[in-house]
Amino acid sequence: MTTTDDRTGAAPTPTGPLSRIDYSERIPNNVDLAGDRRLQRALEGWQPKFIDWWKTLGPALPTKDVYLRTAVAVGRDGWAHFEHVPMEEYRWGIFLAEQNPDRTVAFGKHLGQPAWQEVPGEHRADLMRLIVIQGDTEPASVEQQRVLGNTAPSIYDLRNLFQVNVEEGRHLWAMVYLLHAYFGREGREEAEQLLKRNSGDLDAPRILGAFNEETTDWLQFFMFTYFTDRDGKYQLGTLKESGFDPLARTCEFMLKEEAHHMFVGTTGVQRIVEQTAELMKSHDTEDVLPHGGIPLQIIQKYLNFQYSVSMDLFGSEQSTNAGNYFTSGLKGRWQEARRKDDHVLLDMERQMNTVIDGSIAEQTVPLLNALNLDLRDEYVADCANGVRRWNLALENAGLEQRLTLPHEGFHRKVGTFAGHHISPEGELLDAATWEQRAVEWLPSAEDREAVASLMVPEYEYGKFAGWIAPPQTGINDQPVEFDYVHLRDEALA
Amino acid sequence: MTVLDAAAQSAPQEGAAPASTLAVDFDTAPDRYRHWRLQTEGEVATATLAVDEAGGLVPGYDLKMNSYDLGVDIELYDLVQRLRFEHPEIKAVVLTGGMDRMFCAGANIRMLAQSSHAWKVNFCKFTNETRNGIEDAAENSGQTWVAALNGTAAGGGYELALACDQIVLIDDGSSTVSLPEVSLLGVLPGTGGLTRVVDKRHVRKDRADLFATKAEGYRGSTSVEWGLVDATTPRASFDEEVGRRTAAAAAASTRPGDAQGITLTPLEREVTDDNLRYPYVTAAINRTARRVDITVQGPDDAPPQDAAAVTTLGVDYWPLAVTRALDDLVLRLRTNEPDLGTWVLRTEGDTEKVLAYDQQLHDLADDWLVNEIRHYYKRTLKRLDVTSRSIIALVEPGSCFAGLLLELALAADRQYMLEGVFEDVDPDATPAALVLTASNDGAFPMGNGISRLHSRFWGRDDLLHAAREVLGRPLDAAGAASTGLVTMTLDDIDYEDELRMALEERASLSPDALTGMEANHRFVGPETVETKIFGRLTAWQNWIFYRPNASGPEGALRRYGSGQRASFDATRV
Repeated sequence: MTTTDDRTGAAPTPTGPLSRIDYSERIPNNVDLAGDRRLQRALEGWQPKFIDWWKTLGPALPTKDVYLRTAVAVGRDGWAHFEHVPMEEYRWGIFLAEQNPDRTVAFGKHLGQPAWQEVPGEHRADLMRLIVIQGDTEPASVEQQRVLGNTAPSIYDLRNLFQVNVEEGRHLWAMVYLLHAYFGREGREEAEQLLKRNSGDLDAPRILGAFNEETTDWLQFFMFTYFTDRDGKYQLGTLKESGFDPLARTCEFMLKEEAHHMFVGTTGVQRIVEQTAELMKSHDTEDVLPHGGIPLQIIQKYLNFQYSVSMDLFGSEQSTNAGNYFTSGLKGRWQEARRKDDHVLLDMERQMNTVIDGSIAEQTVPLLNALNLDLRDEYVADCANGVRRWNLALENAGLEQRLTLPHEGFHRKVGTFAGHHISPEGELLDAATWEQRAVEWLPSAEDREAVASLMVPEYEYGKFAGWIAPPQTGINDQPVEFDYVHLRDEALA
Repeated sequence: MTVLDAAAQSAPQEGAAPASTLAVDFDTAPDRYRHWRLQTEGEVATATLAVDEAGGLVPGYDLKMNSYDLGVDIELYDLVQRLRFEHPEIKAVVLTGGMDRMFCAGANIRMLAQSSHAWKVNFCKFTNETRNGIEDAAENSGQTWVAALNGTAAGGGYELALACDQIVLIDDGSSTVSLPEVSLLGVLPGTGGLTRVVDKRHVRKDRADLFATKAEGYRGSTSVEWGLVDATTPRASFDEEVGRRTAAAAAASTRPGDAQGITLTPLEREVTDDNLRYPYVTAAINRTARRVDITVQGPDDAPPQDAAAVTTLGVDYWPLAVTRALDDLVLRLRTNEPDLGTWVLRTEGDTEKVLAYDQQLHDLADDWLVNEIRHYYKRTLKRLDVTSRSIIALVEPGSCFAGLLLELALAADRQYMLEGVFEDVDPDATPAALVLTASNDGAFPMGNGISRLHSRFWGRDDLLHAAREVLGRPLDAAGAASTGLVTMTLDDIDYEDELRMALEERASLSPDALTGMEANHRFVGPETVETKIFGRLTAWQNWIFYRPNASGPEGALRRYGSGQRASFDATRV
C-alpha cells in the first residue's frame, strides 16, 4: 500500500475508501492506515477527542489560517510541505522513518539480534511506560503555551509558535500511533489518558513536573524550546536506538521536527540577546528595561531556571530503571552506534559528582546505573553551544558581560543534588544563604512582571516588538514580512 | 514421605542421576507390577507392598526396606484406580506389607538425595494426590482402606497408613509408627503426616510434637492411646482384628455387590517430540515459547441411553475417555516437561452434545460407574489446581466450554474470550459461548471443598448468586464478562496480539514467583487437609529442602548415613 518516490520517499498509495474516512488524504501516513482495520478503529475513537482537546486547550488566539509545514511523506522533501492551513484542519500525520530490514538491536542483552517488529511480551509494560511518558510531554507544552499567541512579538514568531504547537500535536499522534498499533486495548486506554491529563491540572496533572509549569511569557517560551525541548530531543535520541523498531523509526522522524523547535529557541533567545546588547550599547546601561529591552540579568535568571528544571527531566543520575531499559534493549545511549565500547557495559564505571560530607566530590559508579547522567552530559554539551552563540552576540556588540550555564547542582529537585543548596557557580550553601541569594539567580515575581510588561502583541506584518531583533531570514525562503498568519477579526479587536 | 534406608552409607550428591531427563510413563497394570500384589477375595481386596529392591525407576539406589520411589507410587496409583473402576464388588481394602517386621520405610532417601529439587517436588505432589485418592475412595465410593501394619511404618510408610480410614499396628514389642524426618533428616514428612496426625486423627498437638521429634516412634499401646493408630494386636490375632474391621466397613458400604466392573484398557496415545495425542485430547508443544496448547474435544455423538449402556462403553464413554487422557497428559507434562511453563487450554466441539453428557452425569449420579467417573474427573481437575504451571483458557468460536468442560476454564489462571468471530478466518462462524450448569456449582469441588465458581466469587455472594441465575444459558462474550467468568474479552482485531504479548510476558516472569503466586490465588476460602498439605506443608517443605540445614554440605539430609552429625546454623528464621 506504500509507494516510494525519489523525491518524497515512502508515502501511501491513494486508495479507495476501505472505511468511511479517506485516511490517506486526511491523515498523511506511511503506515498503511488505509489497510489497517485495527488502527482505523482506534483512530476513529481517538481522533475526535484529539480535535476536541486541540480546540479546548490548543492555541487560544483566533486565526483563519497559518503558513505551516505539514509532513506528507518521510523523504527529503516530503516532510516539509508548506501552505496556509486553518489550524484545526491541520493534517496530523503518522510517519516512521524508512525501515532498514537488516536492523539489529545495537546494545544490551539482545545485542545483534534482529530488531523487534512487534512488542516482545517480556518488555510490554516497560515499553508502554516509556512511550506514555514521552507522549505525555507532547501535548503538555501545547497546553502550557496556549495563551502566548495573545502577546506575540511578531507574526513571524506567532507562526513559529503555532508550528511548534502543531508539531507537538503530531508527536502526540506519533506516540498514540504506537500505542494503538502495538499495545492493544491497554494502549488505546493509555492513548485516551494522554488527552485527559492536562498541564497544571491539580486533579490530573501531566506526568513530569516541568510540564506543569506555566509558560508566562515569550522569553520563557524561547527558553523552553531551547532547554526543555532539547531534553525531548535527547530522550527521542535514546528511543531512536530502541530495539523495538517501530519506536525507533518513529523517533527518528520526530527528531527532524524537534530540530525546528531547537531552531526557534536558539534564534529566539539570540534575537533577544542581540536586541538587549544593542540597547545596552546605545544607552550605555545594563538597565535596558526603561528602553523596552529585557535586562541581561533577567535573561540569565530565566536561563538558570529553565536549564535547571530541564536537567531534572533526565531523572536521577543513578537509575536502575535506566540500566534495565538499556540492558533490555529498550532505550539506548545517544549515538549508540558511534560509541566505542561493547554496548553491554556490564563492568564499566564512570565518575559522577555528588555531595559527600558537605562538599561536592567525585564518586565512581557503575556506568550501567548512570545512563541518565551519560545522556545528560551530551545534553549539557549541546546546551553550551547555544550559550556560546548568544555570547557571540554580546561580544560582537563589544560588551564584556556573558551568559553562563549554572552548575549541574543548581536548583535541582531530582537526583543527587536534590535537597542541597548550590549556587550557579557550584558553591554548597546553607539554607539561609540560599534563601537570601536565590533572588539573584532565579526569576522573581517582579522580574516576571517586568518581562510581562513588555509583552504587547505586534501583529503588523514585518514589524517586531522592541525587545527582540528581527530574524535574518523568513520561513521557507519567504520574506520576514510575509503574511505567515491570517488572524480572525476578533483577534485584532 | 520419608527417608529411611538403613543400608545407606553416604548420601550421594544431588543430581547425580539427571532424573528430569527421564521420560516417565504412567502406564502399568497388575500383571506388570514389580512392587505390589493385589488380591481380591469377595468384598475385600488386599494390597501388599513388596518392593523389588532392584526395581528403582532411576539407576543409583536400591529400594531397600520397602522404601519407595515414583515407580512404586505409580503402581499404587494404578492399583487404587483399578479397585474403583474394575472392582465394584470391593468394599474394603487392606493395605499391608510383604516384608517381615517392616511395613514400609517411606520414600527412599538415596533417591531423594540424588534427585533435583523439581523432581522431589513433583514426586511429593503425585504421592500426595495418590493418598488423597485413597481417602476419596472411602469417602465417595464406599471403598474403605484399612492399614494393616505388620511391621514398622516409618515416615512415608506411616503417612501411607494415615491416608487409610483405619490403622491396625502389630503388637510385637518392636514395630512402631514414626515420623523420623525432623530428627534424622532435618526436613518434614512430605505426604501429609503432620497434618493428618492432628487434623484427621485428632492427636493432641503436644503429643504430635513428641511423636514427630522421636525418631524411633511409638509402639502399639502408646500409639493407640494417643490416637496414632486405631488398634494394636499380637500377631496371633492380627488378621482377625483386620478382618473384623474390613468386614464392618464392607457391611456399611454403599457399593453395589452385583455390578460388573469395566476394564481400564491401555490408553491410546500417540507421542512425538512435540505432540501428544489421545482420543479427545491433544497437546501441541511449542518449546521456543515454553508453552503447550491443549485442546479437549467434545463428544462425537449423543450420550448412550442409560447406565447399562455407559458400562458397555466403558473407557470409551466420552467423559471417562477425556478424563483418562487429561489425567495422563497432566502427569506426563508435569513430570517430563518441566520447562513448559504455560498451558493454554482450548475446547472444540458441539456445546449441545457436551451439555447432554453433562446432564447425564447428573441424572445417573447414583450409578456406581457414573459416580466413579464424576469423582475421577473431580480428582483430575484437582490435579490442574495444584499444577505449577500458568494455565490460560482461550474461549474461541467452535469451543464448547459448557458444564464439566467449563470447569477447565475456571481452573485456569486467566480466561480470554473472543468477542464475535475471527473475521479473516470465518466471518460466518458462530461466536463462542459459555454455559454454566449444576456441574459448575458443586459437582466438582476443589481441594478447599468448594466449587471453582464459588472460589472465583469468594466473599462476593451477590456475584455467585448472579452466576447461578444464568445456569443453563449460553453466555456470549458480553454475558461471560458481565457474569465475571472471563478475564478479558477481545475482538478479533486485538485478540491475537494481546494473547501473544500476554503469553510472552508470562513466559518472561520468574517461574518460581509464578508458581507461588498462582498457588496463592487459586485457593481462596476454607482450609482443608488437602489445602494445608498442598499449601502450608509443601511451601514449608520446599523452603526447608533448600536451606543449608537440610541440603548444605553439613546439613542433615546430606550427612544422613555418613556417620557424621549435621551441623546446624542455629538462627531461627
